Amino acid sequence: MCLGIPGRIVEIIDEDLTLAKAEVSGVRRNINIGLVHYEEERVEVGDWVLIHVGFAMSKIDEKEAHATLKALEDIGEGYEQELEELKTSRIE
Amino acid sequence: MKYVDEFRNADLARAVSAEIAGLVDPNRHYKIMEVCGGHTHTIYRHGIKDLLPDQVELVHGPGCPVCVLPMGRVDEGIAIAERPEVIFTCFGDMMRVPGSRGNLLEVKAEGADIRMVYSPLDALRIARENPDREVVFYAIGFETTAPSTALTLRRAKKEGIENFSVFCNHVTIVPPVRALLDSPDLRLDAFIGPGHVSTVIGCRPYEFMPADYGKPCVVAGFEPLDLMQSVLMLIRQLDEGRCEVENQYGRAVLWEGNLKALEAMSEVFELRPYFEWRGLGFIAQSALKLSADYADLDAELRYSTPGVRVADPKACQCGEVLKGVLKPPECKVFGTACTPERPLGALMVSSEGACAAYYNFGRKSFEKVEIGSR
Repeated sequence: MCLGIPGRIVEIIDEDLTLAKAEVSGVRRNINIGLVHYEEERVEVGDWVLIHVGFAMSKIDEKEAHATLKALEDIGEGYEQELEELKTSRIE
Repeated sequence: MKYVDEFRNADLARAVSAEIAGLVDPNRHYKIMEVCGGHTHTIYRHGIKDLLPDQVELVHGPGCPVCVLPMGRVDEGIAIAERPEVIFTCFGDMMRVPGSRGNLLEVKAEGADIRMVYSPLDALRIARENPDREVVFYAIGFETTAPSTALTLRRAKKEGIENFSVFCNHVTIVPPVRALLDSPDLRLDAFIGPGHVSTVIGCRPYEFMPADYGKPCVVAGFEPLDLMQSVLMLIRQLDEGRCEVENQYGRAVLWEGNLKALEAMSEVFELRPYFEWRGLGFIAQSALKLSADYADLDAELRYSTPGVRVADPKACQCGEVLKGVLKPPECKVFGTACTPERPLGALMVSSEGACAAYYNFGRKSFEKVEIGSR
């Protein structure tokens, strides 16, 4: 729950509901982008975001995303569990 | 951002370690609290302590939302979960947190409809899919997860989903830190501020630390080298006689935080006058409840939870560990009556709890080359 995981936006699903599809370590799931996608601030396909419990909390650059992913993979079990939980997610 | 490549650089790790060693006053003891449970985990996992000189002591703070939840709130969640009309949803972290009569996993085994969800939006989807059932989401977390609950509640209201409610246990990070600073038990020199919480609240809320208490604070990222650099930044401040809030995690944290998230929180939540924290007691204005506009989605009102208070098991010293007064292995039941398999206290449950982190990693002797070989 407290782990922020980097995901890459692969599709904007719904502008009104601020839903996008993100890819996290090969897993594609819907997330809410409302906190990083509004009037002055936008995310686009290809952008990286830090995801907490199905919500993009901040935009990060690609280098940072890869470094964070590497650090998470080092954590091992905790990250795997987070990914397993993500796999059960079906946000609409 | 240009330093990211170097973050995994062994030479840099050694250089930071050497610079810290060179800067510390050999006759001084530096007590630095890392507020966040994620940092505690990294510190033990990577043996950061062994890269720091003996004069620098890292003290573990109260920043694990599962660990600080008092037993009474766990019991009240279980009481809601046991209602036959309810589908009870929560994050996986909550399942093994001990209440006075067992945990959610045991209640689930006895037949309660309890479902682990990844996101509060999954709980809302379950409500949509089960219009004849009552779906309750057990919301926990600091400001990292509170905006997610807020946006989910906004959506529920907008869609008019009436069979959804939230049992709100969101807490805020600043009041417990202030309580620790006011406590006579503990003398601290500086703080490592939480990274992910700060993506939401920014750095400004920590300004009271230098302003009111004369303690520097550095907001830090989650990699081992982030923590090392943060310690270095704090030692530099202390050495130069500076005292301010600095942001080591500028890669993700803006000074002002995420204004959209703060706006959603202030619409959906209001501060509770006080809230009980495991081991720390009651702290004023330290937790969130649903605002009057969202009262119809508040599980506390819907199920009239009585607000029971349950004392922790006598043998359990989670409180002292949470306050940083005791180190995990100094607790009387650490590793004996209390283990990750059979936790007595919450600090042994969550992987970010100081006791679980110490149990899993802290006892291994750390090889100094490890950080560099990664």
